[in-house]
Amino acid sequence: MASLKELKGRINSVKSTQKITKAKQMVAAAKLRKAQAAAEAARPYATRLAAVMASLAGKVAGQDNAPKLLRGTGSDQRHLLVVVNTDKGLCGGLNSNIVRAAVAKARELMAAGKTVEFYLVGRKGRAPIRRVYPNAVGANFDTSTVREPGFAEAEAIASEVIGMFDAGKFDVAHLIYPIFRSALVQEPTVQQIVPVPAPTTAAETGGAVVEYEPSEEEILEELLPRYLKTQIFGALLEVAASEQGASMTAMDNATRNAGDLINKLTIQYNRSRQAAITTELIEIIAGAEAL
Amino acid sequence: MALHFELVTPERLVRSEEVHMVVVPGTEGEFGVLEGHAPVMSTIRDGAVKVYRTSGSDFESIEVRGGFAEVGENGLTILAEHVES
Repeated sequence: MASLKELKGRINSVKSTQKITKAKQMVAAAKLRKAQAAAEAARPYATRLAAVMASLAGKVAGQDNAPKLLRGTGSDQRHLLVVVNTDKGLCGGLNSNIVRAAVAKARELMAAGKTVEFYLVGRKGRAPIRRVYPNAVGANFDTSTVREPGFAEAEAIASEVIGMFDAGKFDVAHLIYPIFRSALVQEPTVQQIVPVPAPTTAAETGGAVVEYEPSEEEILEELLPRYLKTQIFGALLEVAASEQGASMTAMDNATRNAGDLINKLTIQYNRSRQAAITTELIEIIAGAEAL
Repeated sequence: MALHFELVTPERLVRSEEVHMVVVPGTEGEFGVLEGHAPVMSTIRDGAVKVYRTSGSDFESIEVRGGFAEVGENGLTILAEHVES
């Protein structure tokens, strides 16, 4: 049985832990609202761009002079997995879920006889992926230097990925990131980004003939990198929202657990105190009777 | 008599309003867009988008970098990567 002093110390320590988790939960809730607003604000651009892409790609796809980013290299031997993780922990199982999805995808590709390389965004994915595939981790992108990854970071990542593609380092690239469904659910998803999958939405002509300036191919050539940037930017936003959501849930749980633990310890503390008083009383009475 | 003009960046919707005319710095030359313009899609070079609120009024210029402009049935939409205001 722990002594009274030890119990008191434990209760205090759990209490201060609870204060920390509660503070983190509230911070996460506030940041989540902000992250969701940012994701909301990015939507018009993404939908417009996707619509334009769909109408253009529908026209150019299948032609031999289609841009390389749309056409691919003609082979699918070497794959690049762009895995977007968070920079900070304290967000429950979010990062391990992303890593699990990435490793599953890598395993599937390797079973099919392909070579896989990783490109890691965010700090928390590095260690676990390196543990599983020590030789497959290529470059990684550090987002921990900025507070909120924004479009500038997405641009940097996209240009690096496109640079690797142009240098012939890989044939197919996949983006792995969590989709924010709610504070409780974040689904890790795998999405192909290079070659750019032809959008499935049927191109609506709208009746009128659209004039292109410069030519369709040239516009598409310029649009594809931009489309890639938008997708990576979207992933960064999703990861930000997911991190805060997961963190909020995890911290809520932690706070509740700490509360339970405090209750249990308090009961134990009171019980031992009571026992100590009782023993003391018995001793006094026994002493008095002996006289 | 009004053209619906939208300026969008990846971060947010910058403008969405009814204006008289917008002059867009296209890669192959500036062009003005009034209401009822034929559908056009053009890339834009870095430069100033000039917005005329009413005919004859002074223009307001917005610096944009990287992007493209689309004129459709719903008016003019400029998708720009960066907007300096």
